[in-house]
Amino acid sequence: MSWEWGIIIEYLPRLLDGAWLTLELVLVSGLMGLALAVPIALARSSDNFWVRALPFAYIFFFRGTPLLVQIFLIYYGASQFDAVKESALWVVLKEPYWCAIIAFTLNTAAYSAELFRGAIQAIPKGEIEAAKAMGMSPPLMIRRVVLPRAFGIALPAYGNEMVLMLKGSALASTITLLDLTGMARTIIARTYTPLEMFMAAGLVYLVIGAAMIGIFRLIEYRFNRYQYYKHTPLPANIDPQLRDEHIDD
Amino acid sequence: MDLQGFGHLLVSGTWVTIQLALASLVFGLMFGLMGAAAKLSPFRVLRYMATLYTTLVRGIPELLLVLTLYFGGSQLLMWFMGFFGYDEYIEISPFIAGVGALSIAFGAYATEVFRMAMLAIPKGQWESAYAFGMSPVQTFFRIILPQLWRLAIPGLGNLFQVLLKDTALVSVVGLNDLMRQAYVASGSTKEPFTFYMAAALIYLGLTVLATLTTQFLERRADPAGKGARA
Repeated sequence: MSWEWGIIIEYLPRLLDGAWLTLELVLVSGLMGLALAVPIALARSSDNFWVRALPFAYIFFFRGTPLLVQIFLIYYGASQFDAVKESALWVVLKEPYWCAIIAFTLNTAAYSAELFRGAIQAIPKGEIEAAKAMGMSPPLMIRRVVLPRAFGIALPAYGNEMVLMLKGSALASTITLLDLTGMARTIIARTYTPLEMFMAAGLVYLVIGAAMIGIFRLIEYRFNRYQYYKHTPLPANIDPQLRDEHIDD
Repeated sequence: MDLQGFGHLLVSGTWVTIQLALASLVFGLMFGLMGAAAKLSPFRVLRYMATLYTTLVRGIPELLLVLTLYFGGSQLLMWFMGFFGYDEYIEISPFIAGVGALSIAFGAYATEVFRMAMLAIPKGQWESAYAFGMSPVQTFFRIILPQLWRLAIPGLGNLFQVLLKDTALVSVVGLNDLMRQAYVASGSTKEPFTFYMAAALIYLGLTVLATLTTQFLERRADPAGKGARA
């Protein structure tokens, strides 16, 4: 088996161009997905059946079907309807880039909404009751207590979801986008070095994934810093009245 | 929903998808058990190899794995078989490449599930089995495996859902699965939305079926209602 190191080095800049598009797709759809996931998660954890039903159906559909079907449904499926083709939406829906963004956004929103719902339900009841006892109105309580707490609880799982999103973004290559995978496939069509190029692309994915895990760990460490707080030991000769039995020893 | 006579195509594609998922499940479970055994083994080399396997595979997109095995697999296999003096051309079918890629991916995640389940079984279980005079192999199959199964089912069920959805990726290299048949049908009828929606609903049905099966197995493996702790 011949192994062409030269070709990897020669085409690395083009692979990195692809990696840039991958990053862009993940970042844009990640942020839009997050914005969409929050209201869906709130509606999903409502007490009213009719408010809960629609988000439930949405999450059920997007978590139960392959991402590839969702991308094709938007990219190819939208062209079936003349009404769509004639509307202003077509400017967006004829572009593979925006179709990929829409599909990834809807997909990640469904998964993260489910994470946030779990986190909202994991908030200790006492904290909600305390907020109510303080006289907070529901919107204020959601903004000040429910969302920050849920975000902190869901952060580690949300980091995993973003790594899955990174891996899912490889599917953009199936609708002609030149992301990292798409770029590797284009180069392979020209040079016929599948093992070398796919390995190089795989390593770039690993590096991006590792960086994302690192960044999420930093955010977690900062956001949930109350869990990582270390008390400096008190001097032995301190006034006993200043001692706090819950913190010391 | 008017399928214009393409319904049988979708049904045959669904059958291929099911076969692909089940074949990958069998091999993936084997990879997972071997990976967990390696991770828990006393030999450092095996532990490192298993860690390398899970880190690499979990960080690489499944689509990239499928493409690598399909387009690079024959090159890799011919190089390997060259050591045994076999130098005919070997071609890898999309099905084989798909089973390979999906089971490798499934195995990497299953390794962690089996490892966690294994660690959740108290040491006393091994010790008391030895005290009864059982050999390590007997202990594993009679005492450990039934408990491992109960602890691992919920995790494995989730992984199978992921696997089921990832089978759609193999259509990219030309396997005539559900996704590919929907593509073919939508090409002939110019009604892509209808056929991709039909495919989506069939996938939805399959994932629901998988969930129900997992729940059934969960109840059956846990008659005492202890609940999974892993």
